[in-house]
Amino acid sequence: MTLEPNSVYEKIITELPDGEKLKSCLQCGNCTGSCPSATDMDYAPRGLFALIAAGQDEKVLRANTFWYCVSCYQCTVRCPQEIPITDIMYHLKHQAIEKGLYTTDAKDFSGTFIGMVEHFGRSFELGLAAGFHLLHHPLESVKMAPMALGMMSRGRLKLLPKRIKNMGQLRAILDKAKEIGA
Amino acid sequence: MKYAWYPGCSAEGNSFAYDETSRMIAEALGIEFQEIDDWNCCGATEYFSVNQLPAYALVARNLALINAEETPQVIAPCSACYINLKKTDEKMAKYEQLNTEVNVALAAGNLSYEPGAVKSRHFLDVVCNDVGYEAVKEKMTQSLAGLTLVPYYGCYMGRPEDNFDHPERPQTMDTLLKTLGADVPDYSLKTICCGGHMTQLSAEASLRILRHLLEGANQLNADAMVVGCPMCQLNLDAYQKDVNSAYKTNYQIPIVYFSQVMGLAFGMDPETLMFERGIVSSKAMLEKWLTAEPASKKRRRREKRDKNALPMPKQLES
Ligand code: SF4
Ligand code: SF4
Repeated sequence: MTLEPNSVYEKIITELPDGEKLKSCLQCGNCTGSCPSATDMDYAPRGLFALIAAGQDEKVLRANTFWYCVSCYQCTVRCPQEIPITDIMYHLKHQAIEKGLYTTDAKDFSGTFIGMVEHFGRSFELGLAAGFHLLHHPLESVKMAPMALGMMSRGRLKLLPKRIKNMGQLRAILDKAKEIGA
Repeated sequence: MKYAWYPGCSAEGNSFAYDETSRMIAEALGIEFQEIDDWNCCGATEYFSVNQLPAYALVARNLALINAEETPQVIAPCSACYINLKKTDEKMAKYEQLNTEVNVALAAGNLSYEPGAVKSRHFLDVVCNDVGYEAVKEKMTQSLAGLTLVPYYGCYMGRPEDNFDHPERPQTMDTLLKTLGADVPDYSLKTICCGGHMTQLSAEASLRILRHLLEGANQLNADAMVVGCPMCQLNLDAYQKDVNSAYKTNYQIPIVYFSQVMGLAFGMDPETLMFERGIVSSKAMLEKWLTAEPASKKRRRREKRDKNALPMPKQLES
Protein backbone atom coordinates (compact mmCIF):
# COMPACT_ATOMS: atom_id res chain seq x y z
CA MET A 1 0.00 0.00 0.00
CA THR A 2 1.43 3.36 -0.95
CA LEU A 3 0.69 6.28 1.26
CA GLU A 4 -0.20 9.75 0.15
CA PRO A 5 2.87 11.86 0.99
CA ASN A 6 2.16 14.32 3.80
CA SER A 7 -1.07 12.61 4.69
CA VAL A 8 -1.95 12.15 8.35
CA TYR A 9 -1.30 8.42 7.95
CA GLU A 10 2.08 8.91 6.31
CA LYS A 11 3.21 11.41 8.93
CA ILE A 12 2.33 9.09 11.80
CA ILE A 13 4.21 6.27 10.16
CA THR A 14 7.31 8.22 9.27
CA GLU A 15 7.56 10.68 12.16
CA LEU A 16 6.45 8.73 15.20
CA PRO A 17 8.58 5.97 16.74
CA ASP A 18 6.66 2.70 16.21
CA GLY A 19 4.07 4.66 14.23
CA GLU A 20 4.19 2.05 11.45
CA LYS A 21 2.36 -0.32 13.77
CA LEU A 22 -0.81 1.61 12.99
CA LYS A 23 -0.85 -0.30 9.68
CA SER A 24 -1.62 -3.46 11.63
CA CYS A 25 -4.79 -2.09 13.27
CA LEU A 26 -7.44 -4.83 13.35
CA GLN A 27 -10.34 -2.48 14.00
CA CYS A 28 -11.11 -4.68 16.98
CA GLY A 29 -12.34 -1.81 19.13
CA ASN A 30 -10.44 -2.68 22.29
CA CYS A 31 -9.15 0.87 22.40
CA THR A 32 -12.57 2.46 22.16
CA GLY A 33 -14.02 0.05 24.68
CA SER A 34 -11.30 1.02 27.16
CA CYS A 35 -11.33 4.75 26.64
CA PRO A 36 -12.79 6.83 29.51
CA SER A 37 -13.41 9.73 27.15
CA ALA A 38 -14.94 7.77 24.27
CA THR A 39 -18.50 8.97 24.86
CA ASP A 40 -17.41 12.59 24.50
CA MET A 41 -15.31 12.11 21.41
CA ASP A 42 -16.50 12.88 17.85
CA TYR A 43 -14.83 9.63 16.83
CA ALA A 44 -13.47 7.23 19.42
CA PRO A 45 -9.99 5.82 18.72
CA ARG A 46 -11.02 2.83 16.58
CA GLY A 47 -13.25 4.99 14.40
CA LEU A 48 -10.58 7.64 14.10
CA PHE A 49 -8.09 5.05 12.88
CA ALA A 50 -10.56 3.90 10.25
CA LEU A 51 -10.84 7.49 9.03
CA ILE A 52 -7.05 7.84 8.98
CA ALA A 53 -6.72 4.68 6.89
CA ALA A 54 -9.42 5.99 4.56
CA GLY A 55 -7.49 9.23 4.06
CA GLN A 56 -10.20 11.45 5.58
CA ASP A 57 -7.55 13.81 6.88
CA GLU A 58 -9.62 16.90 7.36
CA LYS A 59 -12.27 15.03 9.35
CA VAL A 60 -9.52 13.48 11.42
CA LEU A 61 -7.71 16.69 12.24
CA ARG A 62 -10.90 18.60 13.02
CA ALA A 63 -12.10 15.90 15.41
CA ASN A 64 -12.05 16.60 19.12
CA THR A 65 -10.79 13.07 19.79
CA PHE A 66 -7.16 13.75 20.64
CA TRP A 67 -8.02 16.90 22.59
CA TYR A 68 -10.32 14.80 24.74
CA CYS A 69 -7.66 12.16 25.21
CA VAL A 70 -6.51 12.23 28.81
CA SER A 71 -3.29 10.24 28.15
CA CYS A 72 -4.33 7.38 30.38
CA TYR A 73 -2.69 4.65 28.23
CA GLN A 74 -5.60 2.29 28.86
CA CYS A 75 -5.99 1.75 25.11
CA THR A 76 -2.26 1.30 24.62
CA VAL A 77 -1.92 -1.49 27.17
CA ARG A 78 -4.97 -3.28 25.79
CA CYS A 79 -4.28 -3.01 22.05
CA PRO A 80 -3.51 -6.51 20.76
CA GLN A 81 -1.29 -5.04 18.05
CA GLU A 82 0.79 -2.93 20.46
CA ILE A 83 -0.03 0.23 18.56
CA PRO A 84 1.25 3.28 20.50
CA ILE A 85 -2.23 4.81 20.54
CA THR A 86 -1.59 7.46 23.20
CA ASP A 87 1.49 8.68 21.36
CA ILE A 88 -0.56 8.81 18.16
CA MET A 89 -3.03 11.07 19.99
CA TYR A 90 -0.15 13.37 20.95
CA HIS A 91 1.06 13.35 17.38
CA LEU A 92 -2.38 14.21 16.03
CA LYS A 93 -2.55 17.26 18.30
CA HIS A 94 0.75 18.28 16.87
CA GLN A 95 -0.49 17.77 13.30
CA ALA A 96 -3.71 19.67 13.95
CA ILE A 97 -1.81 22.64 15.33
CA GLU A 98 0.63 22.51 12.44
CA LYS A 99 -2.21 22.68 9.93
CA GLY A 100 -4.13 25.26 11.90
CA LEU A 101 -7.08 22.90 12.24
CA TYR A 102 -8.38 22.74 15.72
CA THR A 103 -11.76 23.43 17.11
CA THR A 104 -11.48 23.46 20.85
CA ASP A 105 -10.12 25.52 23.65
CA ALA A 106 -7.70 22.77 24.44
CA LYS A 107 -4.95 24.10 22.24
CA ASP A 108 -5.18 27.37 24.13
CA PHE A 109 -4.88 25.51 27.34
CA SER A 110 -1.82 23.61 26.18
CA GLY A 111 -0.37 26.87 24.89
CA THR A 112 -0.94 28.66 28.18
CA PHE A 113 0.63 25.85 30.07
CA ILE A 114 3.65 25.76 27.82
CA GLY A 115 3.96 29.53 28.00
CA MET A 116 4.18 29.23 31.78
CA VAL A 117 6.86 26.60 31.58
CA GLU A 118 8.87 28.56 29.06
CA HIS A 119 8.63 31.68 31.16
CA PHE A 120 9.13 30.32 34.64
CA GLY A 121 10.55 26.84 34.20
CA ARG A 122 7.73 25.68 36.44
CA SER A 123 4.00 25.47 36.03
CA PHE A 124 0.89 26.22 37.99
CA GLU A 125 -0.78 22.99 38.96
CA LEU A 126 -2.01 21.12 35.98
CA GLY A 127 -5.60 20.23 36.53
CA LEU A 128 -6.24 23.39 38.43
CA ALA A 129 -8.78 25.03 36.22
CA ALA A 130 -8.89 28.11 38.40
CA GLY A 131 -5.43 29.27 37.41
CA PHE A 132 -6.17 28.83 33.73
CA HIS A 133 -9.61 30.32 33.82
CA LEU A 134 -8.75 33.28 35.99
CA LEU A 135 -6.02 34.23 33.58
CA HIS A 136 -7.84 33.55 30.34
CA HIS A 137 -11.57 33.36 30.84
CA PRO A 138 -12.43 35.80 33.62
CA LEU A 139 -16.14 35.19 32.98
CA GLU A 140 -15.85 31.43 33.21
CA SER A 141 -13.96 31.91 36.40
CA VAL A 142 -17.11 33.03 38.18
CA LYS A 143 -18.15 29.40 38.09
CA MET A 144 -14.74 28.40 39.35
CA ALA A 145 -14.67 30.90 42.17
CA PRO A 146 -15.94 28.73 45.06
CA MET A 147 -13.47 26.00 44.23
CA ALA A 148 -10.65 28.49 43.82
CA LEU A 149 -11.44 30.08 47.17
CA GLY A 150 -11.46 26.71 48.86
CA MET A 151 -8.09 25.90 47.36
CA MET A 152 -6.69 29.30 48.22
CA SER A 153 -7.79 29.20 51.83
CA ARG A 154 -5.97 25.90 52.16
CA GLY A 155 -2.81 27.33 50.68
CA ARG A 156 -3.09 25.13 47.60
CA LEU A 157 -3.60 27.63 44.81
CA LYS A 158 -1.07 29.95 43.33
CA LEU A 159 -1.71 31.92 40.19
CA LEU A 160 1.89 32.10 39.17
CA PRO A 161 4.63 29.55 39.61
CA LYS A 162 8.07 30.16 41.10
CA ARG A 163 10.78 30.96 38.60
CA ILE A 164 13.78 28.66 38.41
CA LYS A 165 17.24 30.18 38.94
CA ASN A 166 18.84 29.25 35.66
CA MET A 167 16.08 30.24 33.27
CA GLY A 168 18.68 31.26 30.69
CA GLN A 169 20.00 27.74 30.50
CA LEU A 170 16.54 26.20 30.16
CA ARG A 171 15.61 28.66 27.43
CA ALA A 172 18.79 27.93 25.49
CA ILE A 173 18.00 24.20 25.65
CA LEU A 174 14.40 24.65 24.53
CA ASP A 175 15.33 27.05 21.73
CA LYS A 176 17.88 24.59 20.43
CA ALA A 177 15.38 21.74 20.63
CA LYS A 178 12.82 23.76 18.70
CA GLU A 179 15.39 24.63 16.08
CA ILE A 180 16.34 20.97 15.49
CA GLY A 181 12.80 19.70 15.88
CA ALA A 182 11.32 22.12 13.37
CA MET B 1 20.63 4.03 49.46
CA LYS B 2 20.54 7.70 48.65
CA TYR B 3 18.13 8.99 46.00
CA ALA B 4 17.69 12.17 44.04
CA TRP B 5 14.34 13.87 44.73
CA TYR B 6 12.17 15.55 42.10
CA PRO B 7 9.29 17.30 43.92
CA GLY B 8 7.36 18.46 40.83
CA CYS B 9 5.43 21.70 40.45
CA SER B 10 2.36 20.69 42.41
CA ALA B 11 4.53 20.21 45.50
CA GLU B 12 4.77 23.98 45.69
CA GLY B 13 1.06 24.52 45.98
CA ASN B 14 -1.69 22.03 45.32
CA SER B 15 0.02 18.99 46.85
CA PHE B 16 2.05 20.67 49.55
CA ALA B 17 0.66 18.16 52.05
CA TYR B 18 1.91 15.25 49.96
CA ASP B 19 5.39 16.69 49.60
CA GLU B 20 5.66 17.54 53.27
CA THR B 21 4.34 14.22 54.59
CA SER B 22 6.42 12.26 52.07
CA ARG B 23 9.52 13.91 53.47
CA MET B 24 8.39 13.00 57.00
CA ILE B 25 7.79 9.37 56.01
CA ALA B 26 11.07 9.18 54.13
CA GLU B 27 12.91 10.41 57.19
CA ALA B 28 11.16 7.92 59.46
CA LEU B 29 12.04 5.07 57.09
CA GLY B 30 15.64 6.19 56.64
CA ILE B 31 15.24 7.05 52.94
CA GLU B 32 17.94 9.60 52.24
CA PHE B 33 17.50 11.98 49.36
CA GLN B 34 18.85 15.04 47.68
CA GLU B 35 16.47 17.46 45.97
CA ILE B 36 17.59 18.22 42.40
CA ASP B 37 18.98 21.74 42.45
CA ASP B 38 16.98 24.10 40.21
CA TRP B 39 14.74 21.39 38.75
CA ASN B 40 12.18 22.47 36.15
CA CYS B 41 8.62 21.40 35.25
CA CYS B 42 8.27 17.96 33.60
CA GLY B 43 5.81 19.37 31.06
CA ALA B 44 2.96 17.20 32.36
CA THR B 45 0.83 15.88 29.52
CA GLU B 46 0.76 19.21 27.72
CA TYR B 47 4.25 19.66 26.46
CA PHE B 48 4.48 16.29 24.74
CA SER B 49 1.31 16.92 22.85
CA VAL B 50 2.52 20.02 21.12
CA ASN B 51 6.15 19.48 20.45
CA GLN B 52 8.02 16.29 21.05
CA LEU B 53 11.68 17.26 20.99
CA PRO B 54 11.47 20.28 23.32
CA ALA B 55 9.33 18.11 25.61
CA TYR B 56 12.04 15.50 25.87
CA ALA B 57 14.71 18.18 26.28
CA LEU B 58 12.70 19.83 29.05
CA VAL B 59 12.53 16.59 31.03
CA ALA B 60 16.10 15.63 30.20
CA ARG B 61 17.44 18.81 31.80
CA ASN B 62 16.27 17.43 35.15
CA LEU B 63 17.97 14.10 34.56
CA ALA B 64 21.14 15.91 33.45
CA LEU B 65 21.20 17.97 36.66
CA ILE B 66 21.42 14.81 38.77
CA ASN B 67 24.82 13.57 39.84
CA ALA B 68 24.26 10.01 38.66
CA GLU B 69 27.24 8.61 40.53
CA GLU B 70 26.02 9.86 43.85
CA THR B 71 22.32 9.20 43.25
CA PRO B 72 21.64 6.77 40.39
CA GLN B 73 17.91 6.79 41.12
CA VAL B 74 15.45 9.65 41.26
CA ILE B 75 12.20 9.63 43.24
CA ALA B 76 9.14 11.47 41.98
CA PRO B 77 6.09 11.56 44.26
CA CYS B 78 3.81 12.61 41.38
CA SER B 79 2.76 9.91 38.91
CA ALA B 80 2.88 12.26 35.92
CA CYS B 81 6.40 13.44 36.79
CA TYR B 82 7.44 9.83 37.34
CA ILE B 83 6.17 8.73 33.95
CA ASN B 84 7.73 11.66 32.10
CA LEU B 85 11.16 11.15 33.66
CA LYS B 86 10.95 7.43 32.95
CA LYS B 87 9.65 7.82 29.42
CA THR B 88 12.35 10.31 28.49
CA ASP B 89 15.13 8.10 29.80
CA GLU B 90 13.75 4.98 28.10
CA LYS B 91 13.00 6.58 24.75
CA MET B 92 16.43 8.17 24.63
CA ALA B 93 17.94 4.74 25.28
CA LYS B 94 15.78 3.13 22.61
CA TYR B 95 15.99 5.72 19.83
CA GLU B 96 19.48 6.80 18.88
CA GLN B 97 18.35 9.81 16.88
CA LEU B 98 16.27 11.14 19.75
CA ASN B 99 19.19 10.68 22.10
CA THR B 100 21.49 12.62 19.79
CA GLU B 101 19.01 15.44 19.28
CA VAL B 102 18.17 15.81 22.95
CA ASN B 103 21.85 15.96 23.76
CA VAL B 104 22.47 18.61 21.12
CA ALA B 105 19.75 20.66 22.80
CA LEU B 106 21.17 20.02 26.28
CA ALA B 107 24.62 21.05 25.06
CA ALA B 108 23.20 24.53 24.40
CA GLY B 109 22.90 24.73 28.18
CA ASN B 110 26.24 23.02 28.82
CA LEU B 111 24.57 19.83 29.97
CA SER B 112 24.51 16.26 28.78
CA TYR B 113 22.67 13.11 29.74
CA GLU B 114 23.50 9.51 29.04
CA PRO B 115 20.33 7.41 28.91
CA GLY B 116 20.22 4.71 31.57
CA ALA B 117 22.32 6.74 34.01
CA VAL B 118 19.41 7.63 36.29
CA LYS B 119 16.50 5.32 37.04
CA SER B 120 13.13 6.95 37.76
CA ARG B 121 11.13 5.66 40.67
CA HIS B 122 7.73 6.52 42.09
CA PHE B 123 7.81 7.24 45.82
CA LEU B 124 5.23 4.51 46.49
CA ASP B 125 7.47 2.00 44.70
CA VAL B 126 10.48 2.95 46.83
CA VAL B 127 8.49 2.73 50.07
CA CYS B 128 6.96 -0.66 49.23
CA ASN B 129 9.73 -2.36 47.29
CA ASP B 130 13.01 -0.87 48.49
CA VAL B 131 12.13 -0.21 52.11
CA GLY B 132 9.58 -3.02 52.16
CA TYR B 133 6.43 -3.88 54.08
CA GLU B 134 8.31 -5.51 56.94
CA ALA B 135 10.29 -2.36 57.67
CA VAL B 136 7.08 -0.33 57.44
CA LYS B 137 5.47 -2.64 59.97
CA GLU B 138 8.38 -2.13 62.35
CA LYS B 139 7.85 1.62 62.32
CA MET B 140 4.17 1.34 63.15
CA THR B 141 3.05 2.38 66.59
CA GLN B 142 -0.68 2.02 65.94
CA SER B 143 -2.90 0.13 63.57
CA LEU B 144 -5.38 1.71 61.15
CA ALA B 145 -7.88 -1.00 62.04
CA GLY B 146 -11.45 0.23 61.86
CA LEU B 147 -10.88 2.28 58.73
CA THR B 148 -11.97 1.23 55.27
CA LEU B 149 -9.39 2.68 52.92
CA VAL B 150 -9.94 2.40 49.18
CA PRO B 151 -6.69 2.43 47.20
CA TYR B 152 -6.82 4.37 43.94
CA TYR B 153 -3.82 4.13 41.61
CA GLY B 154 -4.89 6.07 38.54
CA CYS B 155 -3.01 5.64 35.28
CA TYR B 156 0.71 5.85 35.54
CA MET B 157 1.74 3.48 38.30
CA GLY B 158 1.19 0.57 35.96
CA ARG B 159 0.99 2.08 32.48
CA PRO B 160 2.13 2.26 29.75
CA GLU B 161 4.77 -0.43 30.27
CA ASP B 162 7.33 -1.87 32.66
CA ASN B 163 6.24 0.33 35.53
CA PHE B 164 6.38 -0.87 39.09
CA ASP B 165 2.95 -2.42 39.21
CA HIS B 166 0.42 -4.19 37.00
CA PRO B 167 -1.40 -1.98 34.44
CA GLU B 168 -4.86 -3.23 35.41
CA ARG B 169 -4.58 -5.08 38.74
CA PRO B 170 -1.95 -3.31 40.83
CA GLN B 171 -1.43 -4.47 44.41
CA THR B 172 1.35 -2.31 45.89
CA MET B 173 -0.90 0.13 47.72
CA ASP B 174 -3.42 -2.57 48.69
CA THR B 175 -0.64 -4.45 50.47
CA LEU B 176 0.72 -1.30 52.06
CA LEU B 177 -2.66 -0.29 53.49
CA LYS B 178 -3.32 -3.83 54.70
CA THR B 179 0.08 -3.77 56.39
CA LEU B 180 -1.04 -0.62 58.17
CA GLY B 181 -4.03 -2.59 59.47
CA ALA B 182 -6.81 -0.95 57.44
CA ASP B 183 -9.69 -2.76 55.77
CA VAL B 184 -8.85 -2.66 52.08
CA PRO B 185 -11.68 -3.65 49.73
CA ASP B 186 -10.99 -4.76 46.19
CA TYR B 187 -11.76 -1.59 44.23
CA SER B 188 -12.36 -2.61 40.65
CA LEU B 189 -11.97 0.96 39.35
CA LYS B 190 -8.56 1.53 40.86
CA THR B 191 -6.73 2.09 37.58
CA ILE B 192 -9.43 4.00 35.72
CA CYS B 193 -8.22 7.48 34.82
CA CYS B 194 -9.28 10.46 36.99
CA GLY B 195 -9.72 12.55 33.87
CA GLY B 196 -6.41 14.39 34.15
CA HIS B 197 -6.67 17.90 32.81
CA MET B 198 -10.15 17.25 31.41
CA THR B 199 -11.59 19.48 34.14
CA GLN B 200 -10.24 22.46 32.22
CA LEU B 201 -11.71 21.42 28.90
CA SER B 202 -15.05 19.82 29.56
CA ALA B 203 -16.80 19.92 32.91
CA GLU B 204 -19.37 17.41 31.68
CA ALA B 205 -16.84 14.80 30.63
CA SER B 206 -14.69 15.13 33.72
CA LEU B 207 -17.56 15.10 36.21
CA ARG B 208 -18.93 11.94 34.62
CA ILE B 209 -15.56 10.21 35.05
CA LEU B 210 -15.18 11.44 38.63
CA ARG B 211 -18.69 10.45 39.60
CA HIS B 212 -18.06 6.93 38.41
CA LEU B 213 -14.95 6.65 40.62
CA LEU B 214 -16.60 8.20 43.67
CA GLU B 215 -19.70 6.04 43.35
CA GLY B 216 -17.52 2.93 43.24
CA ALA B 217 -15.68 3.93 46.40
CA ASN B 218 -18.91 4.92 48.10
CA GLN B 219 -20.41 1.49 47.46
CA LEU B 220 -17.44 0.03 49.31
CA ASN B 221 -18.18 2.30 52.30
CA ALA B 222 -14.88 4.09 51.91
CA ASP B 223 -13.82 6.17 54.89
CA ALA B 224 -11.26 7.65 52.49
CA MET B 225 -9.76 7.07 49.07
CA VAL B 226 -5.98 6.81 49.19
CA VAL B 227 -3.89 8.17 46.32
CA GLY B 228 -0.28 8.66 45.28
CA CYS B 229 -0.65 11.42 42.70
CA PRO B 230 -1.43 15.14 43.10
CA MET B 231 -3.60 15.18 39.99
CA CYS B 232 -5.78 12.29 41.15
CA GLN B 233 -6.08 13.96 44.55
CA LEU B 234 -6.99 17.32 43.08
CA ASN B 235 -9.64 16.01 40.73
CA LEU B 236 -11.39 13.74 43.21
CA ASP B 237 -11.15 16.24 46.06
CA ALA B 238 -11.62 19.71 44.63
CA TYR B 239 -14.37 18.72 42.19
CA GLN B 240 -16.29 16.37 44.48
CA LYS B 241 -18.69 19.17 45.32
CA ASP B 242 -19.30 19.80 41.62
CA VAL B 243 -20.01 16.12 41.11
CA ASN B 244 -22.51 16.30 43.96
CA SER B 245 -24.35 19.25 42.50
CA ALA B 246 -24.31 17.87 38.95
CA TYR B 247 -25.58 14.42 39.91
CA LYS B 248 -27.54 15.24 43.09
CA THR B 249 -25.29 12.95 45.07
CA ASN B 250 -23.82 13.57 48.48
CA TYR B 251 -20.37 12.07 48.47
CA GLN B 252 -18.16 13.14 51.36
CA ILE B 253 -15.13 11.00 50.71
CA PRO B 254 -11.82 12.48 51.84
CA ILE B 255 -9.02 11.95 49.31
CA VAL B 256 -5.79 11.42 51.19
CA TYR B 257 -2.23 10.57 50.27
CA PHE B 258 -0.72 7.24 51.31
CA SER B 259 2.02 9.20 53.07
CA GLN B 260 -0.59 10.87 55.30
CA VAL B 261 -2.16 7.62 56.49
CA MET B 262 1.29 6.10 56.95
CA GLY B 263 2.02 9.02 59.25
CA LEU B 264 -1.04 8.14 61.33
CA ALA B 265 0.14 4.57 61.73
CA PHE B 266 3.63 5.80 62.59
CA GLY B 267 2.14 7.74 65.48
CA MET B 268 2.68 11.19 64.01
CA ASP B 269 0.36 13.92 65.23
CA PRO B 270 -2.61 14.13 62.80
CA GLU B 271 -2.24 17.94 62.89
CA THR B 272 1.22 17.76 61.34
CA LEU B 273 -0.09 15.45 58.61
CA MET B 274 -2.09 18.30 57.05
CA PHE B 275 -5.38 16.51 56.51
CA GLU B 276 -7.06 19.92 56.70
CA ARG B 277 -5.56 20.82 53.32
CA GLY B 278 -8.17 18.62 51.70
CA ILE B 279 -11.30 20.33 50.39
CA VAL B 280 -13.42 17.40 51.56
CA SER B 281 -12.96 17.18 55.30
CA SER B 282 -11.14 14.20 56.81
CA LYS B 283 -12.62 14.92 60.23
CA ALA B 284 -15.14 12.08 60.23
CA MET B 285 -12.48 9.61 59.15
CA LEU B 286 -10.07 10.73 61.87
CA GLU B 287 -12.76 10.66 64.54
CA LYS B 288 -13.85 7.22 63.52
CA TRP B 289 -10.30 5.99 63.74
CA LEU B 290 -9.59 7.64 67.08
CA THR B 291 -12.73 6.24 68.66
CA ALA B 292 -12.62 2.77 67.09
CA GLU B 293 -12.90 0.13 69.80
CA PRO B 294 -10.74 -2.93 69.39
CA ALA B 295 -13.87 -5.10 69.73
CA SER B 296 -15.76 -3.29 66.99
CA LYS B 297 -12.74 -3.68 64.75
CA LYS B 298 -12.99 -7.41 65.12
CA ARG B 299 -16.67 -7.46 64.30
CA ARG B 300 -16.04 -5.42 61.20
CA ARG B 301 -13.47 -7.94 60.06
CA ARG B 302 -15.84 -10.87 60.38
CA GLU B 303 -18.39 -9.09 58.23
CA LYS B 304 -16.05 -9.08 55.27
CA ARG B 305 -17.39 -10.76 52.18
CA ASP B 306 -16.29 -14.09 50.80
CA LYS B 307 -12.61 -13.93 49.87
CA ASN B 308 -13.07 -16.04 46.78
CA ALA B 309 -15.84 -13.93 45.27
CA LEU B 310 -15.04 -11.69 42.31
CA PRO B 311 -15.38 -7.93 42.83
CA MET B 312 -18.84 -7.00 41.66
CA PRO B 313 -19.65 -3.29 41.54
CA LYS B 314 -23.34 -2.47 41.45
CA GLN B 315 -24.81 -0.88 38.33
CA LEU B 316 -24.99 2.89 38.43
CA GLU B 317 -28.46 4.33 38.31
CA SER B 318 -28.43 6.97 35.66
S1 SF4 C 1 -7.17 -1.82 19.99
FE1 SF4 C 1 -5.46 -1.61 18.55
S2 SF4 C 1 -5.93 -3.04 16.90
FE2 SF4 C 1 -7.82 -2.78 18.08
S3 SF4 C 1 -8.94 -1.11 16.99
FE3 SF4 C 1 -7.73 -0.15 18.61
S4 SF4 C 1 -5.80 0.41 17.62
FE4 SF4 C 1 -6.79 -1.07 16.28
S1 SF4 D 1 -4.99 7.30 26.25
FE1 SF4 D 1 -6.48 8.68 25.32
S2 SF4 D 1 -7.40 7.52 23.64
FE2 SF4 D 1 -6.34 6.05 24.96
S3 SF4 D 1 -7.93 5.29 26.36
FE3 SF4 D 1 -6.90 7.00 27.39
S4 SF4 D 1 -8.14 8.81 26.84
FE4 SF4 D 1 -8.70 7.18 25.41
